[in-house]
Amino acid sequence: MLNYTKKDSAERSALVVNPAKTCQPIGAMYAALGIHNCLPHSHGSQGCCSYHRMHLTRHYRDPIMSSTSSFTEGACVFGGKSNLKKGLENIFNIYNPDIVAVNSTCLSETIGDDMGEIIKDTMPSLPEGKIVIHANTPSYTGSHITGFSNMTKAMVTYLANAKAETKNETINVIPGFVEPSDMKEIKRILDLLGVKYIMFPDTSNVVNAPMTGRYQMYPDGGTPVKKIKKSGDSQITLALGEFSSKDGAYELEKKCNVPSKVIKLPIGVKATDNFIMSVLEYTGAEVPKELEIERGQLVDLMVDIHNHYHGKKAAIFGDPDTVIALTEMVISLGMIPVHVLTGTPGKAFDNKVNKILSEAGIENSNVQNAGDLMALHQWIKNSPVDILIGNTYGKYIARAENIPLVRVGFPILDRVGHSYFPTVGYQGAIRLIEKISTAFLDQYDRECAEEDFELVM
Amino acid sequence: MSEFKQLQDKILDKYPARVMKNRKQHILIKDDNEKQEIAANTRTVPGIITNRGCCYAGCKGVVIGPIVDMVHIVHGPIGCSYYAWGTRRNKGKAREDGKNFLQYCFSTDMQESDIVFGGEKKLKKAILEAYEIFKPNAISISATCPVGLIGDDIHQVAKQAQEEIGIPVLAFSCEGYKGVSQSAGHHIANNKLMTDVIGKTDEAAGKFSINLLGEYNIGGDEWEISRVLSKIGYNVVTTMTGNSTIEEIAKAHNADLNLVQCHRSINYIADMIETKYGIPWIKLNFIGIEAMSNSLRAMAKFFDDPELTARTEQVIKEETDDLKEEVEKYYELCKGKTAILFVGGSRAHHYQGLLKEMGIETIAAGYEFAHRDDYEGRDIIPDIKLDADSRNIEEITIEQDPQKYRLRMSKEKYDELKDEIGLSRYDGLIKEMPDGTILIDDLNHYETEMAIKILKPSFFGSGIKDKYIIQKMGVYSKQMHSYDYSGPYAGYLGAKNFMRDVAAGMFTPAWSYIKAPWTTQPALKGKIAEKGA
Repeated sequence: MLNYTKKDSAERSALVVNPAKTCQPIGAMYAALGIHNCLPHSHGSQGCCSYHRMHLTRHYRDPIMSSTSSFTEGACVFGGKSNLKKGLENIFNIYNPDIVAVNSTCLSETIGDDMGEIIKDTMPSLPEGKIVIHANTPSYTGSHITGFSNMTKAMVTYLANAKAETKNETINVIPGFVEPSDMKEIKRILDLLGVKYIMFPDTSNVVNAPMTGRYQMYPDGGTPVKKIKKSGDSQITLALGEFSSKDGAYELEKKCNVPSKVIKLPIGVKATDNFIMSVLEYTGAEVPKELEIERGQLVDLMVDIHNHYHGKKAAIFGDPDTVIALTEMVISLGMIPVHVLTGTPGKAFDNKVNKILSEAGIENSNVQNAGDLMALHQWIKNSPVDILIGNTYGKYIARAENIPLVRVGFPILDRVGHSYFPTVGYQGAIRLIEKISTAFLDQYDRECAEEDFELVM
Repeated sequence: MSEFKQLQDKILDKYPARVMKNRKQHILIKDDNEKQEIAANTRTVPGIITNRGCCYAGCKGVVIGPIVDMVHIVHGPIGCSYYAWGTRRNKGKAREDGKNFLQYCFSTDMQESDIVFGGEKKLKKAILEAYEIFKPNAISISATCPVGLIGDDIHQVAKQAQEEIGIPVLAFSCEGYKGVSQSAGHHIANNKLMTDVIGKTDEAAGKFSINLLGEYNIGGDEWEISRVLSKIGYNVVTTMTGNSTIEEIAKAHNADLNLVQCHRSINYIADMIETKYGIPWIKLNFIGIEAMSNSLRAMAKFFDDPELTARTEQVIKEETDDLKEEVEKYYELCKGKTAILFVGGSRAHHYQGLLKEMGIETIAAGYEFAHRDDYEGRDIIPDIKLDADSRNIEEITIEQDPQKYRLRMSKEKYDELKDEIGLSRYDGLIKEMPDGTILIDDLNHYETEMAIKILKPSFFGSGIKDKYIIQKMGVYSKQMHSYDYSGPYAGYLGAKNFMRDVAAGMFTPAWSYIKAPWTTQPALKGKIAEKGA
């Protein structure tokens, strides 16, 4: 397995090997699915749309709908205007969504299609009351996380408006590039706190829709457009995760004067505490007994089974907001993050992770943004770890080095659960601890000497 | 009105006039009394939710990617390489030199500055780095959309790099926007393999030597086919391209017969090899028990050797005897059920026999990226008018190689076999379909929904993008590209695997739980006590 990845790092500056990121449009497509009755549309070659649908479908095992401008060579020469215009007309005619969210691709960006203009030009020929929004998502900058962020920002740019003179008590929450289960859990926590909120995007019940025997092209989930519109009247926006949610929150601040607060994804006890404290800060809500019990159960578990993982070395990789929060979480478990890597570019990642590490007194860890999995693997070869935490692509390294892999993040193509069980909140932390503990114990049970094999652990 | 006519009407009714006019030509109700024409390999209407992919997917993803000992560098932004990493299930093993790079994904990860200032330098550097670290036997460069637009000369870079590092560096201008589907990429890949690889290494191939073309070893298909072929005594020179190496492909011209499995993706090479080196080709089908046996018999006829023929019959008997009981079990379970097949290439054709062997009739079929000849047969190739999109894909001219061309048999013998086993011939999908059933080219989302609602099949063979849509409608759908991570499905053992998986998919108990009991039964037992009573 990965026999050509050697301990000695050969110089690489042009070749990416086994990437830890993908391109913007897929993130935009995922965000767009979090609007109710929305059809994402990919303005580029058919292959982009096909690959993005394929990949999201593999991750969610659920229908992922999106249309495409189906560029040909002619469209590249003459511009994609006619493709987008005709495409939008056909979409509303045949698939009848309430809203279409268009993302660009490296192709349409390189030829310089002005999507905003094309959309404006097309609106008069579309049925009344229909909405089209767009985000520029060139595949050659940022990553899928940037694409998610850009589409979330576009929701604000196109839809949010401040109608009232004074802000109301509602809080906006931008959940970041997380699973539908996570979005559901964030809503459950907010409901338990009894606060009024608007969360967008929200893919819960869209990409994990129930089996009913009846196919619904636009499932019941997703944030209604009218709610996103109202987000301009809210008192605050909580952006969960700097990389995927900050831009949307800042846009809301700029456009509608809604202040914003950027916090970590609520993964682990500390970040969840911080999320709840932030909600309390703006709403004056009280934490109900139920949530207190959940927190207490989490801490109880952390004490009870710390011996399963305390002191173990971990390598963590994946999307920046998730990895930042996971780094803090594994430290709260007494583990040592030795290698921390994201494929998404951004110095803020290094700064945030390094700050968390130095506050915990952890030195000499490798931290890198815009890295790839070959680099991570070489780090591991030079400084071995006990566990790998990241998405499915980690399985090659896990097998090559015989270390357990705990699957967290995007994508998970070879296991299930992420659509239904959250990693955010106290409940999510309990689930992550179960996974980490089980990973260690399963490996021990499989590999220990027979005389060391234990019944109770 | 037949349900097929009803489906056709229902589909066309929904469309705006221009879309209707376009889609009408892609839908056909089979009429045994007529020679029918279907539109294929034309542009998908923008906005339509199609299953089609792009030129890059056909070139790198399908044809080039499976070669195990090459480093396949994708020149472009990160996504294109990322999505094609390990997702197609083309399995492969290293040869003696240990070189297999299928677990790796390589990209130049073009950034905005590369788009603005050009990416040639970065590409060159990436090639040198790949060579330094991996020491592959060859390197491929696949272009993605922006590369063609900004004018990077990947062929020049490849040429220079090849001179510097001394291994073949093959550049493919397979930008995603070329052509109208994956199909353009197949053609581009075929051309390059023909001009730069095939014919480079002369080596006597021995008796009964064949190449297995258009076989990509998805889920281990090639291994199962080769198992049977070796048992009979065939010598597989190379597969194109599942589990192949660059050196094996370079030896392809030494074989005596080309077997073509996926017609669409590899027919160009089959044709060109015949012109240049004189190797006849035969379109075979290794999917299904009878198809497998028929294919083996056709091969035996070609080589016309009494011992080989006897051995063929012996192996067929051995292999099929073992299967009889099992097949009967599945036949009893599934007989009378119906299927829709929408896949390929060739698979919508290939799988019909196998489904029939388990009692399932295919009532609607179509291809995602086929050309008219895949539907109507190769006879119509001269009649296909080239449109602007096809004209952009290079047709290369191949001539007879004065040294390496050799006839494999006399002209008389060839003509005799041509009719008997169908040399250089493919009759297409339409011929296979029963009278009155329906064919739809480039089936799209709306048409899929309608087909299920009206035809109510028990099985829908398609791809990942519509699998879960279909299943949400209560119909079992199987990914025919990746086999739902199972396989092999080719050959004798493959047939057994397929039947097992299809039966499991149709009869898994989950289907019986779709309706919750409270939606079908009265929940109330006894009388409600009235308030205050």
